Amino acid sequence: MTLLWIPLLSLLGSIISSMTGKLTRNQSTGLTLLMPITALLMTISLAPAVFSGEVIRSTFSWIPLLGIDIAFRLDGLALLFVFMILVIGILVIFYARYYLSSNDSMPKLYAYLMLFMTAMLGIVMSNNVIQLWFFWELTSISSFLLISYWWHKAEARNGAIMALTITGGGGLALLAGLLLLGNIVGSYNLDIILASRDIIQAHDWYEVTLILILLGAFTKSAQFPFHFWLPHAMAAPTPVSAYLHSATMVKAGVFLLARFYPALAGTDIWFIIVSLTGLTTLLFGAYVALFKHDLKGLLAYSTISHLGLITLLFGLDTKLAAVAAIFHIINHATFKASLFMATGIIDHETGTRDMRKLNGMWRFMPYTATLAMVAAAAMAGVPLLNGFLSKEMFFAETLHQQLLGSMSWLIPVLATIAGAFAVAYSARFIHDVFFNGDPIDLPKQPSEAPRYMRLPIEILVVLCLVVGIVPNFVIDDILKSASFAVLGGYVPEFEVSLWHGFNLPLLMSAIAVSGGLLMYTQRHYLFQFHASLPSLNGKKLFDNSISALTNWCQVKINTIENGSLQRYLVLMFVVVLFFAGWPLFEMNQLSGQKPLTPVDVHNAMGAALLMIGAISTVIWYRTRVISLLMLSVVGLMVSIAFTRFSAPDLALTQLTVEVVTVILLMLALFFLPQNSPKESSSMRVLRDIGISAGLGIVIASICYALITRPLESISDFFLANAKTGGGGTNVVNVILVDFRGFDTLGEICVLGIAALGIYKLLINLPLYIPATDSEGRPWAKERYPVLLASISQSLLPLALLVSFYIFLRGHNMPGGGFIAGLVTAVAFILQYIAHGSNWIAERLTIKYRKIIASGIAIALLTGVGSWFFGRPFMTTWFEYFDIPFIGEIELASALVFDIGVYITVVGSTLMILASLGKLTANEPANAPSKEVNI
Amino acid sequence: MELLYASSVGVLVSCGVFLILRSRTFPVVLGLTMFSYAVNLFLFSSGRLSLNQAAVLGTSTEYADPLPQALVLTAIVIGFAMTAFVVILAIRGRTDLGNDHVDGQVPDKNNHNNDNNNKVKV
Repeated sequence: MTLLWIPLLSLLGSIISSMTGKLTRNQSTGLTLLMPITALLMTISLAPAVFSGEVIRSTFSWIPLLGIDIAFRLDGLALLFVFMILVIGILVIFYARYYLSSNDSMPKLYAYLMLFMTAMLGIVMSNNVIQLWFFWELTSISSFLLISYWWHKAEARNGAIMALTITGGGGLALLAGLLLLGNIVGSYNLDIILASRDIIQAHDWYEVTLILILLGAFTKSAQFPFHFWLPHAMAAPTPVSAYLHSATMVKAGVFLLARFYPALAGTDIWFIIVSLTGLTTLLFGAYVALFKHDLKGLLAYSTISHLGLITLLFGLDTKLAAVAAIFHIINHATFKASLFMATGIIDHETGTRDMRKLNGMWRFMPYTATLAMVAAAAMAGVPLLNGFLSKEMFFAETLHQQLLGSMSWLIPVLATIAGAFAVAYSARFIHDVFFNGDPIDLPKQPSEAPRYMRLPIEILVVLCLVVGIVPNFVIDDILKSASFAVLGGYVPEFEVSLWHGFNLPLLMSAIAVSGGLLMYTQRHYLFQFHASLPSLNGKKLFDNSISALTNWCQVKINTIENGSLQRYLVLMFVVVLFFAGWPLFEMNQLSGQKPLTPVDVHNAMGAALLMIGAISTVIWYRTRVISLLMLSVVGLMVSIAFTRFSAPDLALTQLTVEVVTVILLMLALFFLPQNSPKESSSMRVLRDIGISAGLGIVIASICYALITRPLESISDFFLANAKTGGGGTNVVNVILVDFRGFDTLGEICVLGIAALGIYKLLINLPLYIPATDSEGRPWAKERYPVLLASISQSLLPLALLVSFYIFLRGHNMPGGGFIAGLVTAVAFILQYIAHGSNWIAERLTIKYRKIIASGIAIALLTGVGSWFFGRPFMTTWFEYFDIPFIGEIELASALVFDIGVYITVVGSTLMILASLGKLTANEPANAPSKEVNI
Repeated sequence: MELLYASSVGVLVSCGVFLILRSRTFPVVLGLTMFSYAVNLFLFSSGRLSLNQAAVLGTSTEYADPLPQALVLTAIVIGFAMTAFVVILAIRGRTDLGNDHVDGQVPDKNNHNNDNNNKVKV
């Protein structure tokens, strides 16, 4: 349980810090720090158990059917990362308090940082790979938000988009890889996956899975050739760079390598891909870093290079290499985060990060300079500092591998060269910035940074020193337990210490340091050489490919989507025609085995009327009123068809809906032209006739093929259980309110939403009321017929009674909420027609919006009610009661649900019609228009 | 009779599709309504045609299939809501755009003056 609290606290922190806008900066920082510090204390309390070899787990079942749980686990590796994430996170938040200028929104940065922290904690602690992937994507998104923190700068936006594209694309590959992995193993649980090494590596899909997962890891960890997003991500505020782009997020990729090391590593393909990618990145990053004039650019490429080093270590085929990799993850995080923070101070105090301008800073900020120099020395791998130790281990491991057969000696040689470049760029960082003459037109007069802005750097630099001098005391436990997790239980004997005697790695270090210094002193030649190289510009490549892709898509879109609805519809209908028609040609026989029913004269007449109605609608479609009348004939025949084919509920519904629809369309015609102009060319009409005839034939054939085949239905279940389980004999109604009540709830919601949408569409509608009809005749003056008014008024109670009766009997006889609602609505609409909406508005003050809302609420609460009896949502209850004088009656909770349906239907229908109707009721301009309650 | 039923559905589909393909909003609304009749009849027929059979339990041993009926019942009501939405959208479009063409503007063959100002007000 404690385990869940660690990411949860950080998420809470994100929410809390987003609400600290009104507080002072110190208060805001303090509040934000509260949560990660608590989480850190919790982690510390868990640490002894993890060190003793225990794996702490905490699982909540979520979607067991898909194998997706909310599952957390804390082993040595996770613990190490949790520590790193929390400690550096806390320092960065503290640092950012001094870094941000008063124009920048602090709550925004903190909220994003804490969100990112949550995502990182989620990645390292997940025990379910799908959940891991979720948090993985969350880091991409929060990183996007953080890079674009200064959204007004174009470079920030571009950098953010590029980072999101690359890491997001990698994330998709990772998802595919993890899904494959889960498929191979048969579980998404990380424990099971890590224990299934043999199954995974013997599987045919192993290579594909591996490459997909590696793609995810390499994009995140900025490995060559995906490295180029990282330098552009440096447009982020420096605390963000320190946290995301050096210490944590880019480490997520190498974390993934470490996490799946027990399951995926050990094969030739792993070694080849991982080590060569790492080696290339190591060399490339170290080389480019030397030539960057921007301080953050130098650090970015240095980070790429170090990430390459870690990747290379995971790719070497010795156990100790993995230990060295973990060790270097820790060391790199400490010295690189402190270097970024120092860079932030320099940028903050001088206004530039250009090393051609920054010189002689030693005089202005000696404290910061000292700190930065120690950290840079650690980056170079100078003895007495942590960077030296892991680099030493790295050199030693490059000597122990046999990856390239007889050419294996190449790897230590190249490693030494990369080491020399690392020394050279570290030397440049120190010498160029802090010494090397005087500053050249700085935007600001430099001075020492505020006292507490240096504090986080001091802590990290002390860590570098302590780890570098007495590694055994500080790092042993956590390194051993993390290695234990990565190597799957077996940890080789190793000793991290400062002095191993005179040996080959020490010689390599010595060569690297002296070679690097030599390189730095002779840098002019190197700069000239580099300037003569053709520039390999990853950003340009990226931009070009993106714009080529979007252009290609745009061209395709323009050809398909030309803005003509008719054209889209024709395309869609043709596609439907093809795919629905094609199988018919492959079918042997259209009619099935079911004996045909003979045609009787009533049905033949009905069908004839229906077809005549339909065809007439088309023939007179330009004269809209006639067309509408013909359509109503069709609707009437459809409802008669329902009666004929034993569906009384449907017939009642269709009949009432028909009335409402025709009234609605009549009203609509008032606002629309009375006639359609002749527009289509004969060719187009011919084409449309062809398509519609084709579709008609295909659908008719399918329909015929369907109804002439015997039926195997699941309806027997409903028939058997309607009375015993649902307490009603009208099976259709029992299905609606009981068996499939959840569907019905959704459907009345749709109804309500449609009504609200209509209400919204009609608000502020600029009135467009024609004074005459299309032939120039003025509308009738007698607005409300007296006869209708008086009859309808006396008819209302009767209609309400009928609808009440239909409603009550619905559970056992044809009827129910839908039909009763429609009947009631029709009764009210008749009042509207007879009296006009102003007359109704004076008498009926309730708003239809409230009616709809209460209807849905009643239905929903009926469903919720069953929870109080320990039953699943929407379980119905019914009982028979014997009441004196009335007799036995049945009470069912489904009846309450049906009341909800009834109210929603009444509210929605009236809202739709009355909203439109009230527009017609507005008097001509001189009369005061009344606000009508809808 | 199955043949008659199927051809009725086919005719409704044809007429509906033809109207949907027209260029003005009102015929399209009529077409959609007609098309939804066809769809409802089609769905309903998936329970097979049964003349004079019982709809309520306890009155017979043979029953019409209740499941498609339940599905179609809600489909009718929602179909109405959708028709209503589309027709109101058409009215709004006419008022805002000044014409009732489905694309919001009349193709510029002979209507140059009043319909080319296709400024969409939202």
